[in-house]
Amino acid sequence: MSILIDKRTRVIVQGITGRDGSFHARQMKDYGTEVVGGVTPGKGGTKVHGIPVFNSMTEAIEKTRANTSVIYVPPAFAVDAIYEAADAGVSLIVCITEGVPANEMLKVYDYLKKKGVRLIGPNSPGLISTEKSKVGIMPGSVVRKGPVGVVSRSGTLTYEAIWALTCAGIGQTTCLGIGGDQIIGTSFIDILEMFEADKATKAVVMIGEIGGTDEEEAAKFIKRKMTKPVVGFIAGRMAPPGKRMGHAGAIISGGSGTAADKIKALNSAGIPVAASPTEIPELIRGKLAKRKAVAPKKTRVSSRAKATGKTASKTGPKAKVKKSTSRKKR
Amino acid sequence: MKIHEYQAKEIFAAAGIPVPRGEAVCNVAEAVAVAESYGRPVMIKAQVHVGGRGKAGGVQYAENVEAVRVWAQKILGMEIKGLRVNKVLITEAADIVSETYVGIIIDRATKAPVIMVSAAGGVDIEEVAARTPEKIHKLAVDPSVGLKMYQARDLAFRLYRDIKQVRQAADIIMKLYEVYWKVDASLAEINPMITTPDSKVVAIDAKINIDDNGLFRQKEIAALRDLDAEDPAEVDAREGDLSFVNLSGNIGCIVNGAGLAMATMDLVKHYGGDPANFLDIGGSSNPQKVLTAMRIILRNPNVRAILINIFGGITRCDDVATGIVMAYEELGPEVPIVVRLTGTNEAQAIKILKKVNLESAETLDSVVKKAIELADQDSASAGRIT
Repeated sequence: MSILIDKRTRVIVQGITGRDGSFHARQMKDYGTEVVGGVTPGKGGTKVHGIPVFNSMTEAIEKTRANTSVIYVPPAFAVDAIYEAADAGVSLIVCITEGVPANEMLKVYDYLKKKGVRLIGPNSPGLISTEKSKVGIMPGSVVRKGPVGVVSRSGTLTYEAIWALTCAGIGQTTCLGIGGDQIIGTSFIDILEMFEADKATKAVVMIGEIGGTDEEEAAKFIKRKMTKPVVGFIAGRMAPPGKRMGHAGAIISGGSGTAADKIKALNSAGIPVAASPTEIPELIRGKLAKRKAVAPKKTRVSSRAKATGKTASKTGPKAKVKKSTSRKKR
Repeated sequence: MKIHEYQAKEIFAAAGIPVPRGEAVCNVAEAVAVAESYGRPVMIKAQVHVGGRGKAGGVQYAENVEAVRVWAQKILGMEIKGLRVNKVLITEAADIVSETYVGIIIDRATKAPVIMVSAAGGVDIEEVAARTPEKIHKLAVDPSVGLKMYQARDLAFRLYRDIKQVRQAADIIMKLYEVYWKVDASLAEINPMITTPDSKVVAIDAKINIDDNGLFRQKEIAALRDLDAEDPAEVDAREGDLSFVNLSGNIGCIVNGAGLAMATMDLVKHYGGDPANFLDIGGSSNPQKVLTAMRIILRNPNVRAILINIFGGITRCDDVATGIVMAYEELGPEVPIVVRLTGTNEAQAIKILKKVNLESAETLDSVVKKAIELADQDSASAGRIT
């Protein structure tokens, strides 16, 4: 299992004829993603790496029955591209574009919430469900199939952490970057909730950074709601306190948001925080071993697992995961 | 991006928010001329991009033209938190009956612009917020609907009892919200907003921060940037489309992605080193960016080693490697350079690096340790008398 994307994910690349769009369309296809089309207004009827290009999202969805869009268009057009994807009827939008005005994102967030469309990003590296599908720009070479879910606010730091896990022989279910911007469609908590419900995920790595209070909120959520172990990493411990936003910034954050605050919040929720990305695998291994040791009986059987007559504990991290027969709709 | 108080006040005035008359000047003669033309007491306010100007002595009251001369002389050229004051705002001094606070900020938690008001405005507003949070009133505005008059009025009632003042304040809050959206602000703040003896509500200070991501569609606002008020290396970096912050250490860092850049610096510190800068070459790489990055870092005389850490995703390692080779050829760096390139197009990159006899380190930890070792060696030999 995995979260958000799998073999049934059918992707349209918005901005497929651009430098980044075409390069990564090919990379996604090579990974095994069903890249069923691309959109660049005015380039309809052409092909990029054998992928048909359409003039609009509506046309692309009609012709391909795609359910997911990934956006590589420049910042000036990204907001429009998100609305276009949502109105055309995809259920998941992954926005890679960096530099989208934050106030504009406030309206986008509101609109997508009303429509029930999930947005990852903007300024996100996208996501990979190992051996199933990759949407975005994460290098497929760093991931391996396994029991750990990875969620991060960063891009390249995420690859670093995943690579550390992979080198230590610990694979992943789904790895995802929620995006580095202030206003993003999906939060840590949303993803943690999905990993908690995902049978194949046995532990989660959460990579945060200074600014905002998302990590603090996530720490509270993990303490209250999660049964699966979480390991953390926070970037920016030595960052100078420069970026103050007037008095209002200090008032609204209540003075929190530094790396020290976040590490403290995570630790007090029982979440160990690695000092270096290379420490993450050890911490995860410890958590996985402990979990096995203290849970010899059936680990909590989720209602969905009951319905399919399987328990989460039957499939160990090393065991080949049997083809899931459940037909869960996203 | 930050803009100066006088620029923010010009934006306020254009939007119909009452502000006292004022003009920004660069020398004493101009300061005196402006004060003379007003013919009444003025405030002299340092225009620098840091908070706490008043507490540092950068804001003064001048009763007459002689005092203007004395204070303008003192404030122009003074340093506040490391920044030189090149401009002062000469503005009519107001008679203050009460001071309140109004601020609008983008709030990532509620995903809305949040308006905050307090009847306890002034320089100690942050302390008010920390000690007596009940004195700060907040409203998250539905971004799709916008601010409604009744909401602005409700906020204004938290500030004033006199209905005439409430109406003026509500009008100011509505206009401030308009300004906030119009200029792609991440912050718009009036502290203090005052009442005068004749019951007028006036903004005597103004602060607007602009969302950098909005600048592509805010040409007029972008032109307000005061390059003299910023670190020259940071200005060059921005022109080269890099994000850069100068620090005090001796290991120059070039990394792709802000998170990885911070984590790399954290690790330098963790192993006992000291980073000279934060530098993120961003997503879509081109070799030119790496060249610019090297040029900026090499200009810093404290740098004893350069650490390049790239994890390729949208950034292609071969582009970065090409940039490193260009930098070797054009800049002839004398400090040691250690590199780690991994991810997209890594194999091609390693081939390119061979041209300048560079190898890519295996892991993040090893490349960081190597950089620290080389920086220490270099510092030791630099300090030795030969």
